[in-house]
Amino acid sequence: MDGLVKFLEIVGTRFINWLTGVGDAWIFIFKVILKALTPPYRLGLIVQQLYVIGVQSLAVVALVGLFTGAVLAVQAEYTLSKFGASAFTGSAVALSLIRELGPVLTALMVNGRAGSAMTAELGIMKITEQVDALRSMAVDPIRYLMVPRVIAGVISVPLLTAIFNIVGISGGYIVGVHTLDLSSGTFMTQIYQSVSDVDVISGFIKSVAFGFCVSWISCYKGWTCGFGAVGVNRATTSAVVTASVVILVLDYFLTSILTQVFL
Amino acid sequence: MIVIRDLFKSFGSQPVLSGVSLTIPSGQTIAIVGPSGTGKSVLLKILTGLIEADAGEVLIDGQSMTEAKNGQMRRQICSQMGMLFQGAALLDSLTVYENVAFPLLQRRELSAAQVREQSLRRLNDVGLKGSEGAMPGEISIGMRKRVGLARALVTNPSVMLFDEPNTGLDPKTGQEIYELIKATQKASGITAIVVSHEIPEVFQVCDRVAMLYKGVVQEEGPVESFLASVNPVVRQFIDGRTTGPIQMV
Repeated sequence: MDGLVKFLEIVGTRFINWLTGVGDAWIFIFKVILKALTPPYRLGLIVQQLYVIGVQSLAVVALVGLFTGAVLAVQAEYTLSKFGASAFTGSAVALSLIRELGPVLTALMVNGRAGSAMTAELGIMKITEQVDALRSMAVDPIRYLMVPRVIAGVISVPLLTAIFNIVGISGGYIVGVHTLDLSSGTFMTQIYQSVSDVDVISGFIKSVAFGFCVSWISCYKGWTCGFGAVGVNRATTSAVVTASVVILVLDYFLTSILTQVFL
Repeated sequence: MIVIRDLFKSFGSQPVLSGVSLTIPSGQTIAIVGPSGTGKSVLLKILTGLIEADAGEVLIDGQSMTEAKNGQMRRQICSQMGMLFQGAALLDSLTVYENVAFPLLQRRELSAAQVREQSLRRLNDVGLKGSEGAMPGEISIGMRKRVGLARALVTNPSVMLFDEPNTGLDPKTGQEIYELIKATQKASGITAIVVSHEIPEVFQVCDRVAMLYKGVVQEEGPVESFLASVNPVVRQFIDGRTTGPIQMV
């Protein structure tokens, strides 16, 4: 009986701690949004973060996009050829990328590259008293550090997703036309006929949501980072894992909702 | 003038400050000394509003930091203060010059030329002319502290807080920092608090000394009377004895 009570105590304490953390994260993002909507606006810092999150992630996102598109073309052609429908390879590649893989993989890449760096940088700033120094100089650290990062995340991920999609479709085209001997005209015509505005809009909505979540979680984990190198290590790992899981779970719900909305 | 009245602060069940009261008249410098882990840095952080006190009051030039209900009020009080952090706490994505100019640029009260002129003058004051373009990671801890001092002074604060100004420095560099503090006092007559556990070195920059131990002020007075104290806690600390009423934390 004592063992059961102890077990329930541990589970209960962990659940309460988790719930407190979730509540704290919501309060944090409400503060960020509130400060993002009120002046002074720091455009210079937003541009700086657009460079760090967006421009510096460009190469890795394009590379992943290229090979994802190429693999998709091979797999789609293999599957569709079993039904005599390999002419639809272009459609399969484009729809898969625009509706699903583009937003998800771009967000995961940004999370791994820029999100982890964001958490580590903010965590180190916290433990080396740089955040305290900002406060002591009458500078609001949420406005100075968090708002530009969250805004830049929301802007960068959709733009990177668009690039991912274009490069991915190009990769699929190169493999489909030059390796799998598909007709160039058929490949492009199928894309043109099958991809609608709804597909692009739903992919765009997803990428905005993912960009918001990645920057929110990364900033929050850095903001609440523990002490020392261990604290930064834990915060960074936790940020990457949490954001990755949130992206995948949110993807399912958004896909379900958007499919219903745009049906 | 800084007034601290009955300040209490605990972390969980661990009391850190248990009724600290001090008054630092304008233009004077007080050294707060005591063994490590006795709440000296916590006291400084309460003074700057970085940590909230459980009870008590802090008045900075008549304005209550502890009663500052929102960030705006707290930032207004902070704008009269400068702080040199233990590790300098320079923003490591900015150059030395950008760090010093940072508080002025955030206030948006001066023209770009005035910001440049004041920042370079402060860098010159701390002997760092020519290091403007260096990144904090490229310079020594002694130089970082000088930059931190220049940054704290660039807004001409009426109150300065120094948290362990020569920790981690060799004796020569530590002395140079003290010389800079003395020069600042002479030039601008600021009210200052220097937190340190390094005695007697710290006595050269202060008018009064207060010793903090077990969350309360054990002794407070001019340097001479502090050195002549018969309080066993103070005596053990001054004499550097390992035996006595002070318990290791």
